[in-house]
Amino acid sequence: MGLAKRIIPCLDVDNGRVVKGVQFVEIRDAGDPVEVARRYDEQGADEITFLDITASSDDRETMVHVVEQVASQVFIPLTVGGGIRKVEDIRRMLNAGADKVAINTAAVFNPEFVKEAADHFGSQCIVVAIDAKQVSDGDNPRWEIFTHGGRKPTGIDAIEWARKMADYGAGEILLTSMDRDGTKDGFDIKLTRSVSDAVNIPVIASGGVGSLEHLAAGVTEGHADAVLAASIFHFGEFTVAQAKALMAKMGIEIRNMAS
Amino acid sequence: MTSVAILDYGMGNLRSVCKAVEHVAPSAKVQLTHDADCLRQADRVIFPGQGAITGCIQALDKYNLHKVLLECLNEKPFLGICLGLQALYDESEEGGGTTCLGILPGKVKKFPTSMTESENGQVLKVPHMGWNQVCQIQSHPLWQGINQDERFYFVHSYYVEYTEQASVAGTTDYGLKFTAAAARDNIFAVQFHPEKSQHAGLQLLKNFINWNGRL
Repeated sequence: MGLAKRIIPCLDVDNGRVVKGVQFVEIRDAGDPVEVARRYDEQGADEITFLDITASSDDRETMVHVVEQVASQVFIPLTVGGGIRKVEDIRRMLNAGADKVAINTAAVFNPEFVKEAADHFGSQCIVVAIDAKQVSDGDNPRWEIFTHGGRKPTGIDAIEWARKMADYGAGEILLTSMDRDGTKDGFDIKLTRSVSDAVNIPVIASGGVGSLEHLAAGVTEGHADAVLAASIFHFGEFTVAQAKALMAKMGIEIRNMAS
Repeated sequence: MTSVAILDYGMGNLRSVCKAVEHVAPSAKVQLTHDADCLRQADRVIFPGQGAITGCIQALDKYNLHKVLLECLNEKPFLGICLGLQALYDESEEGGGTTCLGILPGKVKKFPTSMTESENGQVLKVPHMGWNQVCQIQSHPLWQGINQDERFYFVHSYYVEYTEQASVAGTTDYGLKFTAAAARDNIFAVQFHPEKSQHAGLQLLKNFINWNGRL
C-alpha cells in the first residue's frame, strides 16, 4: 500500500508529429500525438510528457492545439516542455489543458523565472528539466548542466542545481542524462540516485532506456519516483503494461489498470 | 439536462475539470464561472482548485463569492476538488496561517519533510505526487462503481488532518493517514484530482452528475 512509482511515456513533438531522434540526430516519425497519447493511456501510462522540439514560434501554436486535443480525450496528467520561457507560455499551456510545464533552458539563464512561475501557478505544476552530462570520473563523479540539447556546457553542478531549483519552488525534477539519451544503455543510475537523494521533491529519471529492466532499475537503484521513456514504447517494442508487469513482479508499487 | 457551474477564480488548470465533466456528461450544460447568478441557477457546483489556499480565499473575496458559495454549500450537490476540499475546513497552515470557510471542523497541515517509507527507509517526497490508494470508509453514492482502495491522482503539499468524525468518506496513507475525501449532506469533496484519475476519476464525476445530493 502506498504511492505508486510512475511510468511516463515521453513524446517528442516536432511540428505536430511525434518524432524520436537518437542523441538529437536521427529523427524518426512515430505518429500522431493524439493517437499515440491515447494508446499509452489505454496501456496504463501514469502521465504523459510532451517535449516540443520545434524551433519556430509558429509551430508552437501547433503544440497548443495538440495539447488541447489530447486533454479532451485523455484524463491523466499531461506535462509540456520545450520553449517555456515566460509566464505567458505557462498560462497558454495550462489553459490548453496541460497540468504541468517543464522549464529547462529558461531556468538556467534566469533562475528567478522558476520562483516567479511557482509563485504564480503553484509548485505542483512547475517541473524543472535538467540535462546533465558527466564531466569527471572516479569515486566522486561530477555532472554538469548542459543546454541547447546537450551541446553547451554551463559549468553548473547538476546536484547543486537540483537543490537550488527545489528551493526556488520546483515541484518536480525531470532529470535527463545526456550521456545516455538515445543509447538504450539504461539510465545513469549514479546520477539519478545522487539527485534523487539530494532533494525532497520527486525526481523523474530519463535518458537511455532500452529495456524494461532499465525502467525498474531507475526506481530500485536510482531511487527515482517516476521513470520516463520514449522510443521503447513508440515503436511497439514494449507496452507500458509490460513494464508494469515486470515492476510489480519485482515488488515495486505500481498502479494496475482497472479490469 | 443538468447544469454544472465550475467555480472559476483564476487559479490553476480548471479547464481540465470542464473537459472531464463534458466527457462524462455530454448533454450537461457546463459553465466555468465566477458569476454569482450563474452559481445560484446551476443545478450543481464544482469547486476545483490548485495552487495556494491563500490565493484561493483571496480570490473568493475579490469576486465576492463567499455568500453565494455558502448558499450552494447549503442546498445543492457540491463537489470540492483539492483546494476545494481544504477550503471547507477551519484553517490552513499555508501562507503563515489562513482562515478557511469553516464548513467542516479540522485543520489543513503541511506534510513534514522528514517522512520515510517504513519498508526501506527511503524519504517520502513532498509534494505527494502521483497515484495513491483511497480507502473508502463509508458508503456513498459518489463511490458507486469504484473499487475499494482504488488509486487516484494526487498532487499536494498540504493535507487535511485525519480525525475520527462522521464527515470522513475516504483516507489515504502517505507517511501519515490523511482525509482523502469528505462528505456531509449535499457536499462531497476530495483531495485527489478525479479529472486526472482516468477511469475511476471519470466514474466519480459521472456519479456526481447523477447525484441528487442526498444519501
